[in-house]
Amino acid sequence: MFMSKAFNLLKPIPLMSGQTNLAYKFIHLVASHGRRCHRSVIYKQRYRTCPCSAGRRTISAETKVMAKEELPGVLILDIGGTQGVLENLAALLKKHFHLITMKEFLENKEEMSKKIQSVFVFECRPTIDRELLESLPNLKVIGNSGVGVDHLDLKMISSFGVKVTNTPHAVADPTADIGMALMLASARRLVEGCQIAVSPDTKHFAVDWLGVEVTRATLGIIGMGSIGYKVAQRARAFNMRILYHNRNRRRKEEEEAVGAHYCEKMEDLLQQSDFVMLIVNLTPETHRLIGKKELSLMKPTATLINISRGAVIDQDALVEALQSKVIRAAALDVTYPEPLPRDHPLLKLNNIIITPHIGTATVQAIHMMAEEAIANILAVLNGQPIPSEVFPK
Amino acid sequence: MEGQELPYVLIDCIGGMHGVYEDHVGFLQKHFHLITMKEYLENKTLLSKKIRAIYMWYHKPVVNKELLQSLPNLRIVASSGVGIDHLDLNLLSSFGVKVSNTPFIVSTDTADLGMALMLASSRRLVEGYEMAVSPDTEYFPADWLGAEVSGATLGIVGMGTIGYKVAERAKAFEMKILYHNRSQRKKEEESAVGAVYCKKIDDLLQQSDFVLLAVNLTPQTHKLIGKRELELMKPTATLINISRGLIVDQDALVEALQNKVIKAAALDVTYPEPLPRDHPLLKLKNVIITPHIGSATKKTRRIMMEEMTESIQAGIAGLPIPHEVLP
Repeated sequence: MFMSKAFNLLKPIPLMSGQTNLAYKFIHLVASHGRRCHRSVIYKQRYRTCPCSAGRRTISAETKVMAKEELPGVLILDIGGTQGVLENLAALLKKHFHLITMKEFLENKEEMSKKIQSVFVFECRPTIDRELLESLPNLKVIGNSGVGVDHLDLKMISSFGVKVTNTPHAVADPTADIGMALMLASARRLVEGCQIAVSPDTKHFAVDWLGVEVTRATLGIIGMGSIGYKVAQRARAFNMRILYHNRNRRRKEEEEAVGAHYCEKMEDLLQQSDFVMLIVNLTPETHRLIGKKELSLMKPTATLINISRGAVIDQDALVEALQSKVIRAAALDVTYPEPLPRDHPLLKLNNIIITPHIGTATVQAIHMMAEEAIANILAVLNGQPIPSEVFPK
Repeated sequence: MEGQELPYVLIDCIGGMHGVYEDHVGFLQKHFHLITMKEYLENKTLLSKKIRAIYMWYHKPVVNKELLQSLPNLRIVASSGVGIDHLDLNLLSSFGVKVSNTPFIVSTDTADLGMALMLASSRRLVEGYEMAVSPDTEYFPADWLGAEVSGATLGIVGMGTIGYKVAERAKAFEMKILYHNRSQRKKEEESAVGAVYCKKIDDLLQQSDFVLLAVNLTPQTHKLIGKRELELMKPTATLINISRGLIVDQDALVEALQNKVIKAAALDVTYPEPLPRDHPLLKLKNVIITPHIGSATKKTRRIMMEEMTESIQAGIAGLPIPHEVLP
């Protein structure tokens, strides 16, 4: 009944004497009922080896250095700091790739440009533009950390014969958790409550200070992909009535497993839901999916939760709806832009919670996303079936 | 011309921060003649013999020996919520006064809040919100991380109605569930939520990523979680309290949080409520505190009021009392 979460953990098997191939062990981790079981598959991969290692039984330091250089090159923005790849992720990348930062690339374009076969895009960086693509003749793949690829021009990248991959498995649980966290925090006025609890002005707790129920309320999920389905699984345990709207209807068994009712028309979902949660990817079709019309269809007691992309909502319409109490409240992990300008009206409303795009901001998720991206990149470079390729429409 | 007079029921006051809700008064007045404490004190001689019940809304009015002595026809005190640690049951019993609470209706809201606190703490939701709205924020740093709830281990101390509902919810997050309780639950109940019994609380404390307290306050559970228990917990663990503040040795908790003996705490309840404004718990970064809002939803409070009404009616009529609390 539970969807299993599978990702590849890559463990390089150290070069043994006489072995000229680098072997990799793919470990599929399947999580169900909180237990993790392991299946391992040994996969051998040939890499271009350096000539001096042929026939030798021992690896010399020289060979070691050259072996590192022979790893496929991956371009990243930077290591560390507030915008770079996290240090421990860089260490992971180094096990499989020759890591080249943007700075190193720009300082030595001629030599580096040929080595770069992949780009690891972390937190939407580095920016992939035409100029960059033109200067990387051997680029085969852009491995994105995260599932959203709205920051990538898929058509343009494809025109260079470069593949794009994302990490749908690693993001699903933590993002579903944040959706639930936002719904609960908003309904029960958690942030306000915390402020009252610590405020120097608080003398008593008022007994008439109330939130709204989550248990047995109606949740309308817009976008029932992997993340949406995991939200439905969680919401079901709260005895919520679950409606969903999706491009395609899910299979009957899938619907029954979570007690979800399909709403072919989004309007039906909007009119009946106490909580509306947006879990779609950002495409031209979903841009401003929720505007003035949709907000006015919602119940005045309803809460809008967004864990997709800011641009799925018409933000000006949302401000107006919240100010005029057309809807009760909103809880957003995403806005456009991020962060919002400090004078933005959304920041001043008291019926809104905003979090700084932390859907996958957990120690575990960041690690898993890097591993999933690495597995995808290696699959492309090795001509293997690609776990999560993203195609332009 | 005059029918049977409605029974006289004593309340603290109507409206304001502590009184009976204005929008509940209509319903109550269909069944009772409500007398506020102010009215009672102004006219004790006439009213004292008429009062048959006390509608105790959030611990008010306070019932002491003096009050009991002056209400000779008092049959029942109906208390809101499930906790009865604020009542002297023996004293009330000695006056022949019965007591009722509202045990089950609060359970889903309280379980929901337990989950809300666990998620908010683990994902650093309050901190994140403050960052998102702070005038100083220029960008969101990439190295700002929380910890995952899905797949983690939850230890529930007290597996009554509320504890069990927490387990039902946690199961959907694929959490591993341990529980400690005075008695072990039936096998089918355990299997339904995948909960593993820990006869010794130590075992639960040592293995859990989240320890959630869902016990009632009794002499046995007073300071159940002290220095020893906190030290048994993982340094990466979070303590969540939706029971009563006195279950936790607060001074020991402050120390444990300051020295990172445990990672964090999330408390809906403290002792007292609210805490003094200079209390160290209010200054710690790794604590979130909510103002005892476990059952604070419109629907639940309405049903609580209706259940209390039923209990009072039964108490006055001498019939079996729904949700009676025995000493």
